[in-house]
Amino acid sequence: MTRYFLSRLARAFVTVVLIVSAAFIVLRLSGDPAITILGPEAPPEAYAAFRAAWGLDQPLWNQYLRYFGAVAQGDLGTSMRDGRAALDVVLERVPDTLRITLPALLLNLAIGIPAGIWAALHRNTLIDRAIMTVSVMGFTVPSFVMGLVLALVFAVRLRWLPSGGSDTALHAVLPILTMGLIGAAVIARFTRSAMLETLGQPYIRTASAKGLLWHQVVIRHALPNAAIPTLTIIGFMVGSLVAGAVVVESIFSWPGVGRLLVTAVANRDLAVVQVILLLIGFTMVAANLLVDMAYGWVDPRLRSGHAAKPA
Amino acid sequence: MTTIPDDSGSVFTAKNRAAAFFQSWPPGILLALAWLAMCALLVAFAPHVAPYDYLAMDLRARLTPPVFFGGDWAHPLGTDELGRDVLSRLITSVRISLVIAFLSTLIAATLGVSLGFLAAWFRGRVEQVVLMLIDAQAAMPFMIIALAMLAFLGNSLPLLVILMGFYGWERIARIARGLAIAASEQGYATAVRDLGATPWRIYGRHILPNIASTLIVSMTLNFPEVILLESGLSFLGLGVQPPMTSLGNMVGYGRDYIQSAPWIMLAPAAAIVLTTLSISMIGDWLRDRFDPTLR
Repeated sequence: MTRYFLSRLARAFVTVVLIVSAAFIVLRLSGDPAITILGPEAPPEAYAAFRAAWGLDQPLWNQYLRYFGAVAQGDLGTSMRDGRAALDVVLERVPDTLRITLPALLLNLAIGIPAGIWAALHRNTLIDRAIMTVSVMGFTVPSFVMGLVLALVFAVRLRWLPSGGSDTALHAVLPILTMGLIGAAVIARFTRSAMLETLGQPYIRTASAKGLLWHQVVIRHALPNAAIPTLTIIGFMVGSLVAGAVVVESIFSWPGVGRLLVTAVANRDLAVVQVILLLIGFTMVAANLLVDMAYGWVDPRLRSGHAAKPA
Repeated sequence: MTTIPDDSGSVFTAKNRAAAFFQSWPPGILLALAWLAMCALLVAFAPHVAPYDYLAMDLRARLTPPVFFGGDWAHPLGTDELGRDVLSRLITSVRISLVIAFLSTLIAATLGVSLGFLAAWFRGRVEQVVLMLIDAQAAMPFMIIALAMLAFLGNSLPLLVILMGFYGWERIARIARGLAIAASEQGYATAVRDLGATPWRIYGRHILPNIASTLIVSMTLNFPEVILLESGLSFLGLGVQPPMTSLGNMVGYGRDYIQSAPWIMLAPAAAIVLTTLSISMIGDWLRDRFDPTLR
């Protein structure tokens, strides 16, 4: 078990190194970092100071190592827009993004998993078809269309909810709903197919044959086994929530990291973009690590090291 | 002498034939194909089909509603804030969005197949590097990578197409690698290899045609996602730049008029949903028909 966790931890560390390296390469590819970070209108002595501070006169290999040091210390340049440290500019937006993404993730799971299980247990009935038809929408309706249609119905026509801003708790409803419904559709689809695959396994037949009641078979034998592939999808959902937040925050003028990223890209505020890129990269690594840890918890085979890695 | 027409039998077979037809071509798939055929025609003949130039402004006819909502047939889908015909803009947008998605999917497929084959041919260290690239690409949400690249490298249409071409290559590479490894174990690959064929010949002329059906299915499934990605970026104002237009772009500008003129936004939104829905339905159908292993 310790070996399993250690190998996951090592992989996560390698991914972090890769992400930071990628950021370094992209930063170097885009031209002189002094100009990209400080902006084209900075005084010449600022460039000189920046180059000395970041060691841009040093060999490339040396710079690469220094870049790691800078990332570790959170020393990531200043925002071109307001001259504050880019890290602070980004971090102060994080709570607002979490205020909509975490409830959206909960909504994903609370709707998606029961709907998927229900559809699988009632395969080929009207309910199954209805759930699957709705869930196809999750793959084909982009979040900006979903968000705008919800805004059109609930804000413009019915006037129940505000369409933009973040002043009250009601302002969070439409963004959460947009991300929550789309993610729920995706999770429902995967839960259903994971459940169907599990229900077709021989041990389910054995469990029924030895006289267990159907709900006991489902709860004790089917659900734990179907949880493994579903966990993988939840790991992916974190990534799509982050991407979804970019669009949804822009639609509803929500002052989170996603909207900051869009404005930073539009203004080419590269220091801020870089911080967000690294932040999202680390979040993804952490999320995948958590999912890997959860595998070990859900699947005892992994702990003893007898089975291969789950698909 | 009269002959009694044997109509009971013929009716029976005719009914059977219709049922068999709809079994192999479900009505949903036929509708999806019809919609895509129409889109393909629009892509080919957009400037001739569109009733107006997509940039032509008519300031006296600003924000005219669509035909059954108080408008008239002069502008069947209404006009936008500058009096530009929504239908004409929609036709041009479909054209641009589909062409971008098509080119990008081709790039992704070329990249994915090449790297997958490289990994399958060399194995060992090359394969490890390719697999590491695949994992790295899959670890980051592509939308974020795309936004960062646009920030660092600036925006232009060729760059956008190439950038979208990096979407989904990792899935195609993974599939191509697996299939190529499996195929190279088979008799025909061994035979041409023993005859002294070069890797180019083995992979290009023998293995590729044999695994093409699966690759085409996975390309079909990639296509709608590229459309969604491009329209998402364009919606944010960071994809296709005006005066050019794309579906996401139209929705983005229509958002400002959601209260007074929702049709500006709803028409392209419907086009996006119908197109991606049609392609994914056809992709799923192709997969079930030709390649049940891909599930």
